Amino acid sequence: MNFFKRTVPLFIAFTMGVMMAFQYYVPHEMSQSLLKIVSRWGITIGGFAVFLGAYSLFHLHLTKIKRKLSGWGYSIFVFFGAGITIIFGLYNGGEFFWNDKQEGTMFEWIYFNVQVPAGATMFSILAFFMASAAYRTFKARTNEATILLIAAIIVMLGRVPIGTMISQYIPVAADWIMSVPNMAAKRGILIGVSIGAIATSLKIIFGIERAYLGGGD
Amino acid sequence: MIERLINIDRRLIFVLVAMAVTIPLLARFNLPVRTTKEVENIYNKINSLPKNSHILIAFDYDPASKEELQPMAEALLHHCYRNDIKVVGMTLNPGGTGLAVRAIEDIGKEYGKTKGADFVFLGYKTGVELVMINMGENIFSAFPQDFHGNATIDLPVLNGVDSLEDFDYVVDLASGSSIEAWIAFGKEKYGFDFGAGCTAVIGPDMYPFMQSEQLNGLMSGLKGAAEYETLIERESSAVAGMSPQSVVHVLVVLFVLFGNAMYFLSRKKR
Repeated sequence: MNFFKRTVPLFIAFTMGVMMAFQYYVPHEMSQSLLKIVSRWGITIGGFAVFLGAYSLFHLHLTKIKRKLSGWGYSIFVFFGAGITIIFGLYNGGEFFWNDKQEGTMFEWIYFNVQVPAGATMFSILAFFMASAAYRTFKARTNEATILLIAAIIVMLGRVPIGTMISQYIPVAADWIMSVPNMAAKRGILIGVSIGAIATSLKIIFGIERAYLGGGD
Repeated sequence: MIERLINIDRRLIFVLVAMAVTIPLLARFNLPVRTTKEVENIYNKINSLPKNSHILIAFDYDPASKEELQPMAEALLHHCYRNDIKVVGMTLNPGGTGLAVRAIEDIGKEYGKTKGADFVFLGYKTGVELVMINMGENIFSAFPQDFHGNATIDLPVLNGVDSLEDFDYVVDLASGSSIEAWIAFGKEKYGFDFGAGCTAVIGPDMYPFMQSEQLNGLMSGLKGAAEYETLIERESSAVAGMSPQSVVHVLVVLFVLFGNAMYFLSRKKR
């Protein structure tokens, strides 16, 4: 059993990892067709993640309802919303799901009149919390915090037209902050993250990192 | 008194923010938008393309970031259709399909463009990086059908396009990490010219890619969209959004300054 649970996945990870790394540098026809096949396989496997995601979502909320955990009432709306959307998606304006997508359907109505405004509302609420958080927590307690605070004020004013009206130098200063100190810091972070990603990939290929197999080792 | 001001009721802050947003919208005043080099680069690139060139626009966002990215998409589409550029749309975000198809088709119709001949929306495909690689190998293999179920191989709009290499320009409008993926698995591998639009939060992360010329241009947040609207001389929702955004930014700066003043006064008192 250990052979199928551990050895086979490790062997697949090693073989595919090495093959795909070589593939990147070998522009041969065989190599290109391998990439085509593998990417199509990957997309197909990725499609199954949707079912896993849906199962996980429904399982989580069903458990919440069964155990009457706090906020369980909201979980009912998950089933209600998902159910209605799935039904109208499959109904497809009376043409059903094996036909091409129909226009002006109830599914489309739900998307534009429920999902779009709800999504936009969630995003816009951020402005209120950010304003409140800025007032309460953004304090010049140390020298570093003071520099951050000054930079933030310049960038905030420089990124909106009113900054130019206050002074023509504010947007120039904001652009400089974004393209010099910000870029240097971001580049450092990017290089660090990339080296980390390479190291993790190598660890997975050589079987040192096995968390993806489950079991926590 | 100072302590009370430091611990001010957050509902008062919320009311002030709400007023800062609604009053400029009701008063309807427009502020002059200064364009930046990053946005001008995208505008100039599209202007440099000859008629019937192909542009791929990836609508990698969903309704949550619609307010920032949809105006960008619309301004970009107006510019492309005006310049008779063939538009190919797609998305790697399942929530973005409705917004993308509406923008591509409605604006296309405004310019008398024909679905399938002048523009096409390929739809959503799961897999992110794998979709890019698959599109780089063969676009018809990655998307055998468009969003409406038509066979892509039969669409005149895709004549002359077999893979990502054949696009004259690719633009990713992103609310997540898809720009980095497009650079690593698209631009670097298949060598097309690449521009991007993103939410204001992601904007600062993109500057290293600008300097390395992996991105030729960048529209960041609603300001980026407003700049593009200004460049194409078609001021719309993004330019209109600049006045409330300006007032809210000033208000937040005032909050920060006032909060700090109270903080130092309370420290002095102690």
